[in-house]
This record gives sequence, structure tokens and C-alpha cells, in this order.
Amino acid sequence: MSTEAMDVPKTGFSFDLCRRNDMLTKKGLKSPGYLKTGTTIVGLIFENGVILGADTRATEGPIVADKNCEKIHYMAPNIYCCGAGTAADTEAVTDNISSQLKLHRYHTGRESRVVTALTLLKSHLFRYQGHVSAALVLGGVDVTGPHLHTIYPHGSTDTLPFATMGSGSLAAMAIFESEYREGLTRDEGVNLVTKAICSGIFNDLGSGSNVDVCVIEKGKKEYLRNHLTPNPRTYISSKGYTFSKKTEVLLTKITPLKELVDVVQVGGDAMEE
Amino acid sequence: MVSSQNESSLLSSEGDSQRTQYPYVTGTSVIGIKYKDGILMAADMGGSYGSTIRYKSVERLKQVGKHSLIGASGEISDFQEILRYLDELILHDNMWDDGNSLGPKEVHNYLTRVMYNRRNKFDPLWNSLILGGVKNGKKYLGSVSMIGVHFEDDHVATGFGNHLALPILREEWREDLTFEEGVKLLEKCMRNLLYRDRSAVNKLQIAKITEEGLTISQPYSLKTFWNFAAFQNPTVGAEGSW
Repeated sequence: MSTEAMDVPKTGFSFDLCRRNDMLTKKGLKSPGYLKTGTTIVGLIFENGVILGADTRATEGPIVADKNCEKIHYMAPNIYCCGAGTAADTEAVTDNISSQLKLHRYHTGRESRVVTALTLLKSHLFRYQGHVSAALVLGGVDVTGPHLHTIYPHGSTDTLPFATMGSGSLAAMAIFESEYREGLTRDEGVNLVTKAICSGIFNDLGSGSNVDVCVIEKGKKEYLRNHLTPNPRTYISSKGYTFSKKTEVLLTKITPLKELVDVVQVGGDAMEE
Repeated sequence: MVSSQNESSLLSSEGDSQRTQYPYVTGTSVIGIKYKDGILMAADMGGSYGSTIRYKSVERLKQVGKHSLIGASGEISDFQEILRYLDELILHDNMWDDGNSLGPKEVHNYLTRVMYNRRNKFDPLWNSLILGGVKNGKKYLGSVSMIGVHFEDDHVATGFGNHLALPILREEWREDLTFEEGVKLLEKCMRNLLYRDRSAVNKLQIAKITEEGLTISQPYSLKTFWNFAAFQNPTVGAEGSW
């Protein structure tokens, strides 16, 4: 019987190493940490479309790794996606589906639909059984109208009028639950989203820095990067800092070399070989 | 030998000591705020037994002496024990008959000591308490947790209230809230908790304590809104999805 390689599936996730990783963690191996985005991300539907919001702090355990990262990712000209969870996962999965959508647009000759992005994302995440740690708020406006969805790392989705995800989701949801109404105008919507993100920034340790907002309406979108910066550096030297171009000379001390020992020749014995 | 005897007796004492390792019947969040005339506190009346809502008429807001009001979340039996300790405390205070009575700050301190000492013996009272009151015109609102963490603030919450109610209170609380505004603010927070806390029940009490005295309202329920278009018809434009 020829021992050809056994039927290793060519596609799909290989779970072989999962058991080995679990075993090693149980034995005490510290698994490599990864950059998480802590995060407060929100979305809401207003009268003409969808508004997405996000904070800008990326954490690596207790340290803030990036003070001003971008969490609202481009999917299509009319669809944007906020991501919480492992930064690499959210970046990679949104980029991947974004390029798939572009190819699909070339193929069909039509504007992408939000449900297309939704289905591509959820099938990807389900195939990886939750190991791709990406929790997303997907929003956009297409021919069928404005849509807002949340996608969980295991692949389940919800369709909601307002949504929050991430560690600051409770703080932001408190604001939404108490103040959201249907038929908000654009400015009311932006203010509510900003208020919810600020609630996450100031009440959750995993979220911080600035507020990014993205407004998507039929036929147009506005990406308001750093729409609000409520955490500026407070104490900056007004004089600024200047550094001299050369090495600064602080002290000059000249010590002439002189002989310490006087060589005295005695007779002819000195230095005889 | 002697040392091994000591060891085994130590081990056996560990074996049959009664320590609260986990709570059984629990109450969910309590929230409290200072307002113009005194303190307002709100709590629902649910007692959950794990994931079932077993009791729906548990009073979690109680009077303590002349000047204080206590609200508790966590294990209900430990709360009842705390009420007995407080009863004894107030009784002994009254027996002095010296015209002085324990104010909220003193009761808060007493509770802190009780909780912290139990925690040090690895036998905690599994509660988060909120203590509020007014004495001689001065308002006081404080919180004690099951490990003895205590502090005083203008607005406090326990449990889920920390995540869902405190962000709202921090935004909207003001020094000079009237009674009606205070109740509206508390109801806003309780409605939020009702939507998003699985162990919340829609039957709550609001208690008010001022220099004049204490009133605990009759139980009532909040109106909720479920008529969002997306809730009525979530898959419009996306037939087959969910």
C-alpha cells in the first residue's frame, strides 16, 4: 500500500496545531501576545443613511501601542466597516473581503451591496471557527437602502438600527439606548455617535484618544478622520525644543603630557643587554 | 508527633469551615445619586437563582437608623445578615440615649470594617453595598464592595450599573437636580439596565432620603420601546439573512 500523503484538505482551516498550542499553554508556555484594539465602535442608521464611529486607541496588554490608529476600514465606495478585536485580524479580513468586492464589481458592473460584504465576512469568520478574532460593525448604503450589521468572531450577524462593539460597547450602548430615535438628522446622528464614542473613551480603559466618524449617504460618503480630539497633550513647551547641530562643548581642560619619571644614567650599567 | 497533629488539625479545620465561595440568590445593580435635597437610590426587586429569576419581590433598599439608607446587590442572605448587624449597631447606639445618632458616614465606615475583616478571613459577605443619607444638612453617598473597597462620590452604582449607568450619570449629573429630575435620571439608567442586563426585572423601587426622613416608593414598572423599524422587519432588502 503506497503511503501517499494522507488526504490533507487543500482548503479550509487546519486545526492540527490547535491541540498542540492548547497543550503547550497548559504546560505553562506563554503564548505570544498580539495587538488588540480594546475599542469602542458604533454605528447607527439615520434618516438618509448610516453613520459609523470609532475611537483610535490600540492596546498591547496594558500598554497603548498606537495612539491614533484607524479602525474604520474601507470596504467599497459605499460600504465601510469598523473593527474590534485583534488588529491584524480586522485589518486582514476587511482588506481581503474588500478586494473580493472589487473583483465582484468588475464582474457584475454594479455597485456592491452591504449584504454581499456581510455574507463574505460571516462565511470567512465561520470557516475559522472564531480563531480569527474580529468583531465588526458593517454599514453602508446601496440600491436597497441603508443597512447596519454587527458580525461576531464566530460568524453570527445581527441587523440593527444602532449597534456597538468592543470593550467600550456597554458605555456606548448606554448612550444609544437612552437617546436613539428613528429619523435622526445628519448632525444629530453625528453628535450622538460622537457622544457614544466619548462615553467609551472616558469610561473604558481599552478605548481612548480621538473620535473618527464616517457618514455614508446615498451616492456620497464623508470620512471624518479625527472628527473630535478630546485628549490633546496638555503641557507642551511653548518655546519648543531646539537642538544644536554639532556636539555641544561643555568644558575644555588641557593637560599637557609631561614625563613622570626622570631617567638618570648611572655609570654604564643602564640598559645593558 | 506534635507537628503532624497540628498540621492535620489545621487541614481538618479548613475542611469544615463555612466559607461563601459563590453566591446563590443574587440581586442585580443598585444606583444612587445625590440631588438637591438629599439622596436618591433605585433598585429593582429581582432575586435570581443562577440563571432563573426566582423571586420578584425582594426589597433591596432598606432604612438604617434615622439618617441612612442602604441598598445591596449580590447574595441576598448575606444582605439579610448585614441588616441584622446594622440592627444591632443602631440598637446599641440608641441604648446610649445620649441624643446623638449614627449618621451615614459612620454607618458606611462600620460596613467597610465588617466587609474588609470578613474578606481577610477568606469568608466574604458577597455583596456590593450603597450607603446614603443626610445628617445635619450634609449629604453623604458611599459604596462598599465585598472585598472592602470603599469610596464616597456624588453618584455610585454596583454590578452592571458600573458599566451601563455610570457613563450616563457622569454625563448628566448636576449638583442641583430637583427630585423630579433625579427620578427621571435614575429611571433612564434603570431602563438601560432593563434592556441590557439579563438579570434585571421590570419592577423597581426608588428611595429618597432627606433631612426630613426616608420614603421608599411602591414598586412600579418602566415603559419600554420596541418599535424600531429594524426590529419589526430586520431583513428588508436582504431576504434570507438574519
